[in-house]
Amino acid sequence: MSADQQTEASVRCLVAKVGLDGHDRGAHVISRAFRDAGFEVIYSGLHRAPEEVVQAAVQEDVDVLGISILSGAHKTLVPEILDGLKEYDAFDDTLVLVGGIVPDDDEDELRGLGVAEIFGPGASMDEMIDYVREHAPDRDR
Amino acid sequence: MSDLVSELLAGKHRALARVISKIEDRSPGYREIVSELHRHTGDADVIGVTGSPGAGKSTLVDKVAAAYRDRGETVGVIAIDPSSPFTGGAVLGDRIRMASNAGDMDVFFRSMSARGSLGGLSTATTDAVTALDAFGKDKVIIETVGAGQNEIDIVRTADTVAVLVPPDSGDDVQMLKAGILEIADVFAVNKADLDGADRTVQQLTEMLHYGNRRGTDRAADGDGGDDADRWEPPVIETVANGGEGVGAFVTAIDDHLAHLDESGRRETKQRSRYAAAIRTLLREDANELLVDELAARGGVDQYVDDVLARDADPYTVTEEILAPLRECLAARRER
Repeated sequence: MSADQQTEASVRCLVAKVGLDGHDRGAHVISRAFRDAGFEVIYSGLHRAPEEVVQAAVQEDVDVLGISILSGAHKTLVPEILDGLKEYDAFDDTLVLVGGIVPDDDEDELRGLGVAEIFGPGASMDEMIDYVREHAPDRDR
Repeated sequence: MSDLVSELLAGKHRALARVISKIEDRSPGYREIVSELHRHTGDADVIGVTGSPGAGKSTLVDKVAAAYRDRGETVGVIAIDPSSPFTGGAVLGDRIRMASNAGDMDVFFRSMSARGSLGGLSTATTDAVTALDAFGKDKVIIETVGAGQNEIDIVRTADTVAVLVPPDSGDDVQMLKAGILEIADVFAVNKADLDGADRTVQQLTEMLHYGNRRGTDRAADGDGGDDADRWEPPVIETVANGGEGVGAFVTAIDDHLAHLDESGRRETKQRSRYAAAIRTLLREDANELLVDELAARGGVDQYVDDVLARDADPYTVTEEILAPLRECLAARRER
């Protein structure tokens, strides 16, 4: 198959807002930045339940799941999403990122559960994009 | 049979999602997968929904999917959004509207971006429909912005094509313009609670009654269309976000599907769909073959040099490259 026939397999990302948190400016800015980096971004919209995020991540077959949480409920919501991904065999090859306000003490706990990286306030776009490019799972596409 | 295919046929959502990714990326092996899946298809009703951006397609599709779920039917949705011609990136936002089916895995919703390869999108969409059909979905809905020939080619392969028209979408001359309105089997004037909806309904209805409708059905099927076979596209008023008119819209689609079966047109449609699929594949594959051949001959630049220097012309060059292929085909043709 000739290389110029088709653009290379694009990185697919789900940017998800979960729970009772109406702050989506950050999620919009990140969606836009990912788009401009050449990624395909699926944006979940506000106020998603964990099972909706799982449904979207599984059906859309995303390489990267970015969860944006500013409400402080990450210790409840993130594990529910991770469990859902496991239920559908999607956990192992999905790069899960969390963005938002996460206290240092909680970071280790989230990492222990399988979150790859946590981006807090002040994280730069380029840093995130580079991280995704470097760590997006190679799925033998 | 590959593992992925057997897992898909066994109803594993992850396998279905992965197969569609392979189809989109055209990764190695996707052709074999689609080939294997083809024999398991043929049971799904395929519904195309198109209209201008912001017409309310995603919202209406969400409500329609919920109505099918209430009847116990399973649904697959393919929502196509444009991608950036500059970076290839895309924000696929149709999923936001899928509120009525949140958490219901029996609605399989998949966003696809138009990755800008000519003809590739319609092949990818057709193949994704194959995957959803083989998975056992009763209804497969394709949702796309009706902006250009590419998009129209996609929806016209559906059994039933619904076109959404927002109120006040220009005067009646807009309705006379060729293209999108001709492909509709069902019209929905969505956002019918807004001013101008009545006028839009009236204009659409009038346009449909201007003499013979020479829509795709008749033109593609090549029959004169006697009156018993004629399908008059209904114009339905909907307010998708409030759910009004959704029942009537679903009924109109049901009626059209029944009409397809009664008039025998469903088979005709399928025939023309597969004919189009074969032709598209042939075109793409032949193109690929020739791109490779051109590369093997050292690329296009030397030929361009010759053409620039007036030592050759584009026709001669093309003939030079094509002639061996033509001769080879002629020699090996069996009939």
